[in-house]
Amino acid sequence: MAKKTVKKTVAKKAPAKAKELTAWDKVKIARDAKRPHVKDFIAGVCSDFEELHGDRIVNDDKAMVAGFGTIEGFSCLILGHNKGATIEENMESNFGMVTPDGYRKAMRLAKLAERFGNPIVTFVDTPGAYPGREAEERGQAEAIAKSLEFFSGLKTPIVVVVTGEGGSGGALAIAVGDRILMMENAVYSVISPEGCAGILWRDGARAPEAAEALKITAPELLKLGAIDEIIPEPKAGAHKNPAAAIKAVKKAVVKALKELTSIETDDLVEGRYNKIRSYGNFY
Amino acid sequence: MSWFQPKTEKPKIPPAKAIWAICPKCKSHFTKEVWKKNDSICPKCNYHGRLSARERISRIADKGSFTEIFSEISYSDHLNFHDATGDYKSKVEATIAKLGEKESVVVGTCEIGGHKAVLGVMDFSFMGGSLGTGAGERIARACELAVKENRPLVIFSASGGARMHEGILSLMQMTKTSAAIGRLKDAGLAYISVLTDPTTGGVSASYAMLGDINITEPRALIGFAGRRVIENTIKQKLPADFQSAEYLEKHGFVDKIVERKDMKAFIAKMFNFWGF
Repeated sequence: MAKKTVKKTVAKKAPAKAKELTAWDKVKIARDAKRPHVKDFIAGVCSDFEELHGDRIVNDDKAMVAGFGTIEGFSCLILGHNKGATIEENMESNFGMVTPDGYRKAMRLAKLAERFGNPIVTFVDTPGAYPGREAEERGQAEAIAKSLEFFSGLKTPIVVVVTGEGGSGGALAIAVGDRILMMENAVYSVISPEGCAGILWRDGARAPEAAEALKITAPELLKLGAIDEIIPEPKAGAHKNPAAAIKAVKKAVVKALKELTSIETDDLVEGRYNKIRSYGNFY
Repeated sequence: MSWFQPKTEKPKIPPAKAIWAICPKCKSHFTKEVWKKNDSICPKCNYHGRLSARERISRIADKGSFTEIFSEISYSDHLNFHDATGDYKSKVEATIAKLGEKESVVVGTCEIGGHKAVLGVMDFSFMGGSLGTGAGERIARACELAVKENRPLVIFSASGGARMHEGILSLMQMTKTSAAIGRLKDAGLAYISVLTDPTTGGVSASYAMLGDINITEPRALIGFAGRRVIENTIKQKLPADFQSAEYLEKHGFVDKIVERKDMKAFIAKMFNFWGF
């Protein structure tokens, strides 16, 4: 009997494997407007979130959400890219493309978290940093560079969750941490598949091929050592069952927070440096 | 009777591109000889043209003081990357054969005006000066060596950004280099970043913008996003001097524009002020 059951399971699983999603399928899922947004994740992981505003220099960038909240007893700073759920919100937040003001707001509040001993949880979902005139004039490159240097050495635990689109430097600026978690259908890439296809295939329409070549899906990134853990999504994707997806994210975040908060700060920062140092350790 | 004799030999005229140089900024024409004599600087608009890593090193390091390190570190084709024009491996191997460099940045120890330092110089002709895992590793090791030997660091950048052929791990080199720069500063050492033409994308958004002072050369292009990408996003024409060295100085992101002839003395002077 037992043998028969095994056979049955194998037979059932085989056709599902044949329909495995391509990298381009995942890009489309990761960008799906019905996928849970940063505010859904925040509402789902903590009930007492207080959003805080402004970089104290010039602006409050709506593309970067920042504030404090409690996740299962951990008082955390939460940061995240905000694509917005409605057209009005999309416009207000530039579809989640952060300006230097947003990165500076994130660093300002992260400095507070360090002072008061709050771990940081970030939700990553952006097409990329905002490409605009004012963004350049106010130092987009400097703001991202500073973020990388700053979060690398910050003396508090950082948990990163890539929930949708991990778009290049604009994503990376809040994706430096001690645990990099990634949702099953999220993507994370050095350049958008369209951008890469435009340059190396001389045709943006060949993005599906570029997506494949760039290796941007969670299993591939896990193999390359760029992420630490994959958070499984409900069948057919997070957009089909947001509540279950958010629950899975919360579970993974809490587990990471428990592990990281038990580590001495000096060991934590040293461990983070070693982890960063090992990216592309071929030499 | 030579005028009716058939021409047996054509006089050897070298092709135009072997004689003429065009300034990429002001489009003025000069002979290559004039361009070279003027140290690859446009005599008309003062645009400071690109130099190879070796040309740059010879202008900055005291004579005979440069010792190259980590030169064995090269590219990695961990994605087995292929695109429409071929595979990454053949392209990069061809570049290595042509330039005699194994990565887009050359690092070493040297003296600059008598000051011991670690020097890194990017070469734009190596895959557009792109930041791959090998280049990132060389820079991170240079930072760590500077800490170990208590030397300040100087990096000349020239890059289009991360090397997409190496995928996500090339993006991660931005973090790796920035983290290593952070540690160097924590150790009390100085880092002078020189952003030369062009420094954009992932390199400007990592170590190139993290100098204790950021300096540049006249008319260099420095920015994050490309001009066309920005124009397509904001549906507006950008000013002609957008993302130029002069524009960045005006907006507060570089400390000073330094002429090539003054560069070495300027760096040495800063080291003097800071006691290195």
